[in-house]
Amino acid sequence: MARIGVFVCWCGSNIAGIVDVKEVAKEAAKMPGVVLSTDYQYMCSEIGQNLFKNAIKEQKLDRVVVAACSPRMHEATFRKAAESVGLNPYLVEIANIREHCSWVHKNKVEATEKAIALVRAAVAKATLNQELIAGEIGIEKRALVIGGGIAGIQTALDIADAGYTVDIIEKTPSIGGKMAQIDKTFPTLDCSACILTPKMVDASMHPNINIHTYSEVEKVSGYVGNFEVTINKKARSVIMEKCSGCGVCIEKCPSKKTKSEFEEGLINRKAIYTPFPQAVPNVPVIDREACIKFKTGKCGICKKVCTAEAIDFEQENTKIVQKYGVIIVSTGYDLMDLDRFGEYAYGEDPDVITSLEFERLTNAAGPTSGKLLRPSNHKKPEKVVFIQCVGSRDNTCRGKTYCSKICCMYTAKHAMLIKEKYPDIEVHVFYIDIRTPGKNFDEFQRRAVEYYGVNYIKGMVGKVFPDGEKLIVSGVDTLIGETIEIDADLVVLAVATKAKDDAEELGRKLSISTDTNNFFTEAHPKLRPVETHSAGIYLAGACQGPKDIPETVAQASAAASKAIILLSKSKLVNNPCVAEVDEALCCGCLECTNICPYEAISSKTIEIREHGKIVKKLVSEVNEALCQGCGGCTVTCRPSAIDLNGFSNKQILAEVDALCF
Amino acid sequence: MFLESKEEVIIEKEEFKPLIVAFCCNWCSYAGADLAGTSRQNYPANIRIIKVPCSCRVNPNFVLRAFQNGADGVVIAGCHPGDCHYSTGNYFTRRRLTIFTNLLDYIGIERERLKVDWISAAEANKFASVMNEVLEKVHKLGPNRKLRDVRWKR
Repeated sequence: MARIGVFVCWCGSNIAGIVDVKEVAKEAAKMPGVVLSTDYQYMCSEIGQNLFKNAIKEQKLDRVVVAACSPRMHEATFRKAAESVGLNPYLVEIANIREHCSWVHKNKVEATEKAIALVRAAVAKATLNQELIAGEIGIEKRALVIGGGIAGIQTALDIADAGYTVDIIEKTPSIGGKMAQIDKTFPTLDCSACILTPKMVDASMHPNINIHTYSEVEKVSGYVGNFEVTINKKARSVIMEKCSGCGVCIEKCPSKKTKSEFEEGLINRKAIYTPFPQAVPNVPVIDREACIKFKTGKCGICKKVCTAEAIDFEQENTKIVQKYGVIIVSTGYDLMDLDRFGEYAYGEDPDVITSLEFERLTNAAGPTSGKLLRPSNHKKPEKVVFIQCVGSRDNTCRGKTYCSKICCMYTAKHAMLIKEKYPDIEVHVFYIDIRTPGKNFDEFQRRAVEYYGVNYIKGMVGKVFPDGEKLIVSGVDTLIGETIEIDADLVVLAVATKAKDDAEELGRKLSISTDTNNFFTEAHPKLRPVETHSAGIYLAGACQGPKDIPETVAQASAAASKAIILLSKSKLVNNPCVAEVDEALCCGCLECTNICPYEAISSKTIEIREHGKIVKKLVSEVNEALCQGCGGCTVTCRPSAIDLNGFSNKQILAEVDALCF
Repeated sequence: MFLESKEEVIIEKEEFKPLIVAFCCNWCSYAGADLAGTSRQNYPANIRIIKVPCSCRVNPNFVLRAFQNGADGVVIAGCHPGDCHYSTGNYFTRRRLTIFTNLLDYIGIERERLKVDWISAAEANKFASVMNEVLEKVHKLGPNRKLRDVRWKR
């Protein structure tokens, strides 16, 4: 028989004011197995804890029940105290008689009755509690960063500086991400490339960082500290080690029909290309779908001109399998497709462009060398209209309900960039609301209005349609209540940001969740903003939600520090409240393997003796390091062979019985 | 005298105190119940909470056992769909208990006695209102006698 001790806490008057604690202690003493029942004013205080510890030692208690506040408050405290006097911490049970009783009930008699019932349930459960020992797992001291934009670069640099090896996986041929496409950054108007490219070079030169560009995550298995990731390295058709980056192959390539992704399709690129001149690594890649050699077999000019003999048409996709301790997801964002927004004539008229295309048009390294020219006739525009919230804050099914956060600021920036270069160009901005919270953000936007004379119109645009060489922007000015038409030369749409199309797929591979908009979900919106629900996987940047550069960098460093904390540990302690299989009962149907969200349950064949013969039997097996202890499998199990330690079927049934007593 | 005795009958009827067993998941609903306590949201004392790691840990057997032992209503509360701490647990809860509710119907237990709801850690108001709502419904239905084990004395 168990020797149970019950400790009823007064919590000053918090509990004792409503619940008759003496009565609770008296009733508890009558419960089966209870050898000691006492009460004290503050059990969590040092004196209270000493009372608790001494009682365990003197009365040789092997189970303890503390009737006090929520286990979320002080379960850890009492477990620690029990452990210090040699009692397994999982033999401590808490009856929540404060949050769930004294604080929510006013009737003293009823509250006391309920407190007794809660203590009875805790005693019943404690009787069945078993010693649980937390296991230890080793940690692979290596981090994986998925996505090589500014978020990924910053995270990788921080982790690498702490002395751990980091691998960056980037889908495109170069790291840099969206920030590399941007001309100037708000609110300082400093050149984006000037602050980004040194970081890209730092990352490529860092002894602890390996960059896998043109690569994707194929498969992820394992668990915190021991992830195993299969990386698919797409065939570049150029040997990285041999290429000197001279660029002769690009110059001589006759295939020029593919739209440049980096230039947002404003100009074409060759079939062999580097996305942009500052690309890291500065090694071209052959686009096999565009290359004449791959399509017809006749060409191979690049191979002929390459003095380094770096071109290899036979190269194949390679797979790398690597173990990692932590994974940081920093896959970034994209702009929404405008297929459903026909009213803006995007795609029909070349002079209607997205904000990212505008970044390229105004960029000194862009297709027009920084001269603002209309894409249709290469003339300087006289009137430019910006339309904000294209698809953002849109409750209809075609748009996104959220605010894309960065558009107000970059539109003000764009307007300012135009006014700076060409003070004679008229600039109009249509907006719903101006949202500029952030350091020096509102001052920045006001400067666009007050100093540069940008015309801000509160209202939405109904239609954009061509009229000769001009574009008529027909909208409404809600402040004066009139419809207005502007004959613009260039229309720039602040398109809503969206999560990457493959975010959900990647989320499934990593078993991290995405929200309704496919952004990855953080573990807690306020207190755990960079962690995911899967231990050892962290989030950085706009893959978690729309973000500007300073926020992205801050989050990247935060994710890096979380990763470093984990990598710096020598061992990880896992939660011992995990599922356990009774092999004698298991029938090998493996229903439990289908339900497990962590793929913690696998199968194995064991040999058992049946009627004097040795027979083989298929049973399921729980990987304790992977199991998070949700208990979902216990319900699917028909023979009840799988049970959850700490919350076993018997324990919960005992609680039910005791509560209905 | 006659009038007085009539009043007594009414009082006796009102004294039916339903017993509700609530299974709350550790991450959302149990924390929601804690918050209800911290923000002093009153609800009747005949609601008794059992902590489970996830709502998907609740085996329909537990619900049947509660009814058998004299509970008049059972609540199962988990994180909102999509917010499960274990990513998909509450989806299983939702499916299992939808089917289980049909079974209850079949054996003649009013489906209002079982409530499955999603209460986040921030929804103290919702916790109290769901509990009050269930209690009100069960109060109207009267004591649960169908499944009750007659050997059980309550």
